[in-house]
Amino acid sequence: MRHDVILRVIAKLLIPFILLFALYVQFHGDFGPGGGFQAGVILAAAVIFYGLIYGLADARKLVPEAVVESMMAIGVLIYGGVGVAGLLLGGNYLDYFVLDPNPVHGQHRGIFWVEVGVAVTVSGVMLKIFYMFADRGRVDE
Amino acid sequence: MNLAPHLPALQVVVPLLAAPLTVLLRRRSVAFAVALAASWVALAIAVALWLRVAEGGTISYAIGNWPAPWGIEYRVDALSAFVLVLVTGIAALVLPYSRASIEAEVPPQKHYLFYTMFALCLAGLLGITITGDAFNTFVFLEISSLSIYVLIALGRDRRALLAAYQYLIMGTIGATFIVIGIGLLYLMTGTLNLADMGRRLAAVQGTRPVLAALAFLTVGLSLKLALFPLHQWLPNAYAFAPSAVSAFIAATATKVAVYVLLRFYYSVFGESAVFARLPMQEAMLLLALAGIFVASTVAIFQTDLKRLFAYSSVGQIGYIILGLSFDSTSGLTATIVHLFNHGVTKGAIFLLLGGVALVTGGTSLARIQGLGKRMPLTSFGIVLCGLSLIGIPGTAGFVSKWYLIRAAFEKGQWWLAFLIVASSLLAAAYVWRFVEAAYFREPRKDLTEGAKVPRSMAIPSGLLVATVVYFGLDTSFTVGSAAQAAALLLGGLR
Repeated sequence: MRHDVILRVIAKLLIPFILLFALYVQFHGDFGPGGGFQAGVILAAAVIFYGLIYGLADARKLVPEAVVESMMAIGVLIYGGVGVAGLLLGGNYLDYFVLDPNPVHGQHRGIFWVEVGVAVTVSGVMLKIFYMFADRGRVDE
Repeated sequence: MNLAPHLPALQVVVPLLAAPLTVLLRRRSVAFAVALAASWVALAIAVALWLRVAEGGTISYAIGNWPAPWGIEYRVDALSAFVLVLVTGIAALVLPYSRASIEAEVPPQKHYLFYTMFALCLAGLLGITITGDAFNTFVFLEISSLSIYVLIALGRDRRALLAAYQYLIMGTIGATFIVIGIGLLYLMTGTLNLADMGRRLAAVQGTRPVLAALAFLTVGLSLKLALFPLHQWLPNAYAFAPSAVSAFIAATATKVAVYVLLRFYYSVFGESAVFARLPMQEAMLLLALAGIFVASTVAIFQTDLKRLFAYSSVGQIGYIILGLSFDSTSGLTATIVHLFNHGVTKGAIFLLLGGVALVTGGTSLARIQGLGKRMPLTSFGIVLCGLSLIGIPGTAGFVSKWYLIRAAFEKGQWWLAFLIVASSLLAAAYVWRFVEAAYFREPRKDLTEGAKVPRSMAIPSGLLVATVVYFGLDTSFTVGSAAQAAALLLGGLR
């Protein structure tokens, strides 16, 4: 879409807001609708949008395949790591109570990092799926 | 910090976290080392748990420190500890084997993902076994199933993709049925904790939703454990998967599904609800016998060894379900013992066949002619395991058959004992197909000379064959654990 100026400009305008909205959904998930999964999808949608307008090659440059693959793994590790942190601090696996001297804050802290992990993995997987489908049968421009 | 009380969680967490680590590290030798370490640690944990359960009884672990009926409970009792030892033991042997095996069968750039999927599958199977929560069971079932689909699709043959797809469709239908069953149970009891569910179910026993739940769970799990006639996915999946994968899933996946069936029948519904009020006994008996005779007969006419032994697996699952249909302590003991013995035997056979495929380039009966001269030790190993499938004294298979026949006599069903012995002749017939091709035919000329089974594959296969013989001679671990587990299930010791 080299010549579609309107699309390119609007995309550039919209993408920062999509990213901001993803962060809002992520961090406001405690109090309102949202959370890691939704935020991860929105985050990936921003990149997919970029890829649709500016081409797959540019999207790949922005978020390389290696980053996407690492994201899928890192998210799971963050999630599992919260559980292990609970173990190390003397609680059971995935015990958030021990993550902070104040157990209520501990619950907040635990779910915060778990949701971060979910968001990272979900956006990684969404992008991976997009890249794989977009690649099919393409001779590349 | 003392890790001992957290062993139930670590049993699942170690392989579960090893999986993303292998993706991050990417280098296949590093990924292999991580997966190998995880599987060996998992085995050590399983053995430690088994010892602790044998000493001090059931262990309960509250994930996230939320107590049992509300939070997710991990529960290790005599039965789950026994299955954990089987699954981790097989994984600990298959992983070192897999390195050289997938070298020959899987493109190199996919190796690290193989280890990822293997670790995930292991985590899933262990999670199913250890969890005391119905929905958690379903989640882990999906984790293990999805990773198995991927592992099967990695097979060298293009038909592996089709086999994986076939299994995906059947497995997903099974999983859907299972989750519908769990949903109905949740609807009727308001709890997802299996033990709690069992207690509350007593009040609503016999109502239609509970019967529907039983039906859905039975059919769904029968699909997963490949009970005749729901076994259609199995032969292709075993035949076209990479050798290491065939060995691992043949030895563990269907066995864990049997475990879930036992768990739901005895710990949730209660045996009286399943067997006394419904004609389940007759249905199970019929399906088991049909499976034994039909699948064993089909096995005789196969031209590929992997397919032959895959059909034999369907038949052997028939024996496992047959023990269940007696609804007696000795029948249940036979079921649990055979779950273990058949797992070990089939695992050993598929490991050996992986070596055969590596040297001869295939496992069709035409290709392995004269194998007895070319690979004497491997052929001997396959024959030994074959004897175990038939049930010859001195092998693990004999022990299971012995308990099955004893259970039949206890019920006064001598005709059933006769059928069990008669079915062994069918097993003898399909094992004979291998013996005939391997020992009574001249070796093919085009067999690559000098190709040898690498030591990293020979040692695990040899060890597993040795356990087949060992558990045929010393039954204190297998029968002891199984009898304890059967008593636990029937006595309602929760």
